[in-house]
Amino acid sequence: MTLIREDGAVEDRFTRADTIDAALAVDGPVLIPLAIADEFAKARPGAEFGVSLPGSTPIEDVKPQLGKIALVAIEFPAFADGRGFSLAKKIAREGFSGTLRASGPLIADEFADALACGFTEVELPETMANRQPVQQWLAAKDTMTEHYQSGYGRGPSILQKRLAARKGA
Amino acid sequence: MYRYDEFDERFVRERVAQFRGQVERRLDGSLSEDEFKPLRLKNGLYLQLHAYMLRIAVPYGTLNSAQLRMLAHIAETYDKGYGHFTTRQNLQFNWPKLKDVPTILELLADVEMHCIQTSGNCIRNVTSDQFAGVARDEVEDPRPTAELIRQWSSLHPEFVWLPRKFKIAVTGAEHDRAAIMVHDIGLKLKRNDQGAVGYEVIVGGGLGRTPMIGKVVREFLPKDELLAYLEAVMRVYNSEGRRDNKFKARVKILVHETGEEEFRARVEEEYAKLDGPTINAPEEEVERIAAYFAAPTYEALPDVSQVLDQARAIDPELDRFVEQNSFEHKQPGYIALTIALKEIGAVPGDMSADQMRAFADIAEKYSFDEFRVTHSQNLVLPHVKKDDLPAVHAALKAAGLASANAGLITDIIACPGLDYCALATAKSIPIAQAIAKTFADQERQKAIGELPIKISGCINACGHHHVGAIGILGLEKGGRENYQITVGGDATEHAALGERLGPGIDAEDVPAAIEAIVETYLAEKQGSESFIETVRRTGPEPFKTGFTAFIESRAVESEAAE
Ligand code: HEM
Ligand code: SF4
Repeated sequence: MTLIREDGAVEDRFTRADTIDAALAVDGPVLIPLAIADEFAKARPGAEFGVSLPGSTPIEDVKPQLGKIALVAIEFPAFADGRGFSLAKKIAREGFSGTLRASGPLIADEFADALACGFTEVELPETMANRQPVQQWLAAKDTMTEHYQSGYGRGPSILQKRLAARKGA
Repeated sequence: MYRYDEFDERFVRERVAQFRGQVERRLDGSLSEDEFKPLRLKNGLYLQLHAYMLRIAVPYGTLNSAQLRMLAHIAETYDKGYGHFTTRQNLQFNWPKLKDVPTILELLADVEMHCIQTSGNCIRNVTSDQFAGVARDEVEDPRPTAELIRQWSSLHPEFVWLPRKFKIAVTGAEHDRAAIMVHDIGLKLKRNDQGAVGYEVIVGGGLGRTPMIGKVVREFLPKDELLAYLEAVMRVYNSEGRRDNKFKARVKILVHETGEEEFRARVEEEYAKLDGPTINAPEEEVERIAAYFAAPTYEALPDVSQVLDQARAIDPELDRFVEQNSFEHKQPGYIALTIALKEIGAVPGDMSADQMRAFADIAEKYSFDEFRVTHSQNLVLPHVKKDDLPAVHAALKAAGLASANAGLITDIIACPGLDYCALATAKSIPIAQAIAKTFADQERQKAIGELPIKISGCINACGHHHVGAIGILGLEKGGRENYQITVGGDATEHAALGERLGPGIDAEDVPAAIEAIVETYLAEKQGSESFIETVRRTGPEPFKTGFTAFIESRAVESEAAE
């Protein structure tokens, strides 16, 4: 797995565990399925952990966990499945301040969109990272300097910039 | 007309560079074919039966002469000398080479054009009323709304990987010429009881293999809330639209399966969670865009033109052309003129490079440098002085663009069908040509009156056959092309899907079957009813009876021949 953030590749601090037993055996931050989150939190109060869930998950199912977890990994079954983008928006809207991870066979061409929807990082299978190395991701992220949509990404949208320019003039 | 500012300009240029990079990364293997495909589709590049096809956006169907001259140049340099106007108010080139595409995109950017989102599972080119800003029955010009949506939907970070394509149409008029009832989202500008302007929002219409009429999800949306509300609809669709079956992935299926009430509730629930002011366009921005669509500086003229009346009196051809192809303009002394790209025997929607140049000159000289593309594959000169009509007619005639058949039985919409399309099950264009030949006689066409025929070469319904007053669907049955005929389809505010008249028939029988249907109409017609008005009143029964009689007579004939 390769983990890419806005400024390049980073080490993954989290260890994935699919069952509660495996999760409890891990030292340090662990990434577990949403279904065992309650059980884990009870067994390890205060431990740093993240949950993984598919992009189709209703926001109501994740919401109760958001205050307790450090990371949400949204699983993309395919690069063309855009549900994860909407779920990221909904999670960010709940005020989640931890790490939002897009996990799956995404392509570099989606990096800017993922960041604009609130993702912090992308976790790629090795086969993908071999074909599209980190440099391609960083380059793809910057091919478009501006966006029209207010409420996405960090900087102001084109619509907002026009308004500001007129006010300043 | 809208003009790019430095932001729009940079955006389109960077998008071209981005696509160039994507082509390179495909060639060096970074992108697999499966990954590249949606990327090229989102830039209008299709792989067809014989070659690539490039679909160019004509946002809400508005173009100027410089743009058309560039299209002529591209047609000549990179294609076979012609382009094809489509029912999406777009233009397609059917023979470009992949290696030329980035260069073509650069040239398009030179005249403020692009191919962004003319295909793929994203929000497509926004369409509108071809008589926007001209029609007398307009609450407000729909083009500023359409332009705002064009910008907002361009590379939307959240909505570029939708379950399926998504089409939005906007009208500002009472009479719907934009077919908003059969779009994924249809918007109608209206006034509420307090006189405020807003939108009626319709979701879930569409044609294709499961045709459906859209449902009103919001009776009245205040105008300044548009983008936030669209975001809510799109988010519900992106999250919940089906992804397990491509044929059930359009929003119309989600609305249908969820139920209209429940769908509306989910949209409203999402909308309530949004922080509108952080999403909606600033009022100043809406006004900035609207200013580009201000009416041109018309001359103050009397509504009646002596020059025109005298010319019509001595030139029956001009008289016929004006009678058939003109549309009332809100400005006295002016008309809007439809140019039917439907010469008898021609390919519907095709335009040669020479015709493009001639037409560009005409638009520049006689219509404030502006023209429109309609969803019936025709063009419109929106602001022609009545005094100029004789000269305009002469110039159009010289370019082979003076067909006096707008809206008539020979003004047929046809998809590319087997001639170009990989998915086709039957011919479409040759059927249109055969019908046009059968009804070529001008007097006969006039007697029949307005009768939109629409033809698709397979169930994907690109030719909109479901909403043709007469619809023709080409299928394949036992190795033969077989055509199903419907009547009563309507894409206007009376939206209705056509009803099948009976079993499918052979290609060579189609023109005679249409004649039989027309005979039924002429027999049933009351007063000055148009074809569709008659069908609306009588229902399909008399037409079914006439059609059955036609089929039986055919069977007798073929037996006699054996
Ligand atoms: C020649 C290559 C073409 C191919 C392969 C093609 C393919 C398709 C397919 C697969 C659909 C169905 C999508 C769905 O709803 O599931 C469709 C719909 C449509 N096509 Fe095409 N098409 C082609 C050309 C055209 C042309 C030339 C036009 C315009 C004349 C056109 C206009 C449309 C429209 C308006 C629809 C939407 C119908 C609706 O509202 O659902 N297409 N096309
Ligand atoms: S209706 Fe069918 S045949 Fe015609 S263009 Fe569409 S996909 Fe092709």
